[in-house]
Amino acid sequence: MTLFIEQCLNGLQFGLLLFLLAAGLTLVFGIMDLVNLAHGSLYMIGAYFAATFAAWTGSFVLGAVLALAATLMVGMAVEVIAMRRLYGRDHLDHVLGTFGLILFFDESVRLIWGPEGMSLPLPSWLNTSVEILPGVQYSSYRLAIIVITLAVAAFLYGLVMRTRIGMLIRAGASNREMVGALGVNIKLLYTLVFGLGAALAGLAGLMQAPILTVQIGMGENILILAFVITVIGGIGSIRGALVAALLVGFIDTVGRSYLPDLLRLVLTPNAAATAAPALSSMLIYLLMAIVLVVKPEGLFSAGGK
Amino acid sequence: MTPALNLRTIAIVALLAALLLLPVYSELVGNRFVLTLFTRIVILALAAVSLNLILGYGGMMSFGHAAYLGIGGYAVGMLAHEGIFSGFVQWPAALAASALFALVIGALSLRTRGVYFIMITLAFAQMAYYVCAGLARYGGDDGLTIYKRSEFVAPINLSNKVQFYYLCLALLLAAIYLVWRIVNSRFGLVIQGARSNDTRMGAIGFPTYRYKLVCFVIAGTLCGLAGALLANHTDFVSPATMYWTRSGDLIIMVVLGGMASPFGPLIGTVALLLLEEVLSGITEYWQIILGPLLLLVVLFARGGIDGLLKQLMAKVRS
Repeated sequence: MTLFIEQCLNGLQFGLLLFLLAAGLTLVFGIMDLVNLAHGSLYMIGAYFAATFAAWTGSFVLGAVLALAATLMVGMAVEVIAMRRLYGRDHLDHVLGTFGLILFFDESVRLIWGPEGMSLPLPSWLNTSVEILPGVQYSSYRLAIIVITLAVAAFLYGLVMRTRIGMLIRAGASNREMVGALGVNIKLLYTLVFGLGAALAGLAGLMQAPILTVQIGMGENILILAFVITVIGGIGSIRGALVAALLVGFIDTVGRSYLPDLLRLVLTPNAAATAAPALSSMLIYLLMAIVLVVKPEGLFSAGGK
Repeated sequence: MTPALNLRTIAIVALLAALLLLPVYSELVGNRFVLTLFTRIVILALAAVSLNLILGYGGMMSFGHAAYLGIGGYAVGMLAHEGIFSGFVQWPAALAASALFALVIGALSLRTRGVYFIMITLAFAQMAYYVCAGLARYGGDDGLTIYKRSEFVAPINLSNKVQFYYLCLALLLAAIYLVWRIVNSRFGLVIQGARSNDTRMGAIGFPTYRYKLVCFVIAGTLCGLAGALLANHTDFVSPATMYWTRSGDLIIMVVLGGMASPFGPLIGTVALLLLEEVLSGITEYWQIILGPLLLLVVLFARGGIDGLLKQLMAKVRS
């Protein structure tokens, strides 16, 4: 039972983390109509920056804040230098161009930081566990991730639904030309939105860094998950991204830990041990397939797209 | 303009002649590496040709095409692992497995279009990657070494490098011919019509979903053949064969050469792999050059190399 609660919380934490990535992806797609494969690279860069800055300053929090700012800058620079030229083009162009960017980022990281990967050690005050329920201990760092991502989700909701910038973002998503024609500096808005998406990805990367190792290619595996989430949730919908991210995070985490036991009930132990790793990695794709059959446009499609 | 003698035709004929004579050159100079490299190029070109059928002619932006390379390869590898070496069993199994995968994936992903299609094909290919990485019996993450190449009847011996190269080249040319015949048939015209305007094709009475699905399966099966060849070429198959960056490479080959052009994928594959060889000779960090180069090709040379040749021809004529 204790293990089950812990796994559920792990699923929640992973899901919320995935939400940060998927939200940036879906925001950029919804507004700029841009497919950004390099989103995972920004996740990776955020983690590398955090590891570096934390080592320089000797403070985890200061390193994280600096890394967040740096990723935001990198994101805006990428938008101004490269992405801006891709708007309005074919999706195939986006895929190829941003694929080129991935190669560039991966190789730059190899050049600057070396191929070994880094680790971001947690400060002692986060590296403990707290008692969340009587008799149930949980890692305080993972709990902190849950709290921070929930706060970010609330901030995003407020930003998009309650502020002037959010109004422009929503307007831009439904009709770009019209917003431009009404005198809004659409170029600046795009740069800001892209930077915001980059910062969200960077935040996800730097928060995941102490749990996993910081390494080249870390962004690419998680990017696919973010894609699955956007497909399930409906492209352009932040609410859909949240629901789908929680679903995927939960199913992936809980499935990996309980599927072997479930399979053992119906199969021989040997067959279960063979099938479990392959099957559990298929779970979220099966979920995606089911959603596609039932609602091809995703659970919460933004409509018209 | 005389179609028989123009720059583009000359370039293609020269390329084909070079490919035909390559083993002779390799024997004369004693350079085995060139032959290995070009066998690889020819096999990947076959995969790119199959992708061109759906991407270039059909407008279906599949980002999971490398999955068939892996599935074809694993079909050969698994059967060899179980002691079945006959190519007459292995290859049909590779084709059938790829066709089946394409049928399931296509049936699901063709329900959507545009960017959804890109993401879904990508996700399913990645699923295949993870499933193969989880197959502990067949090497899991580390992959599967194939100790014996597929066996055919007497004169055919795949272990003979020159013979294997010519077999791959023959299959590539046959595939180019096949794709050319397909796209110029009634079926192919429907596919191309659906690329331009799916709704209109539906309105004049074509069930485009079914047409596109058949096209998707043909392309997947062809690529499965390339996978069987690749596994025989490297004597090895691993999940990395179908990692999603490989799908990206295949798209680059098609776009770099020129989409919806019969020989475009071949030109693109030769160009990309030779470029990789040259760049990796210059610096260890060659992808730092290749990445931005890709971005530039996307921004300024949309038609690929074949498109550039056409433009050049237009300039020469005027």
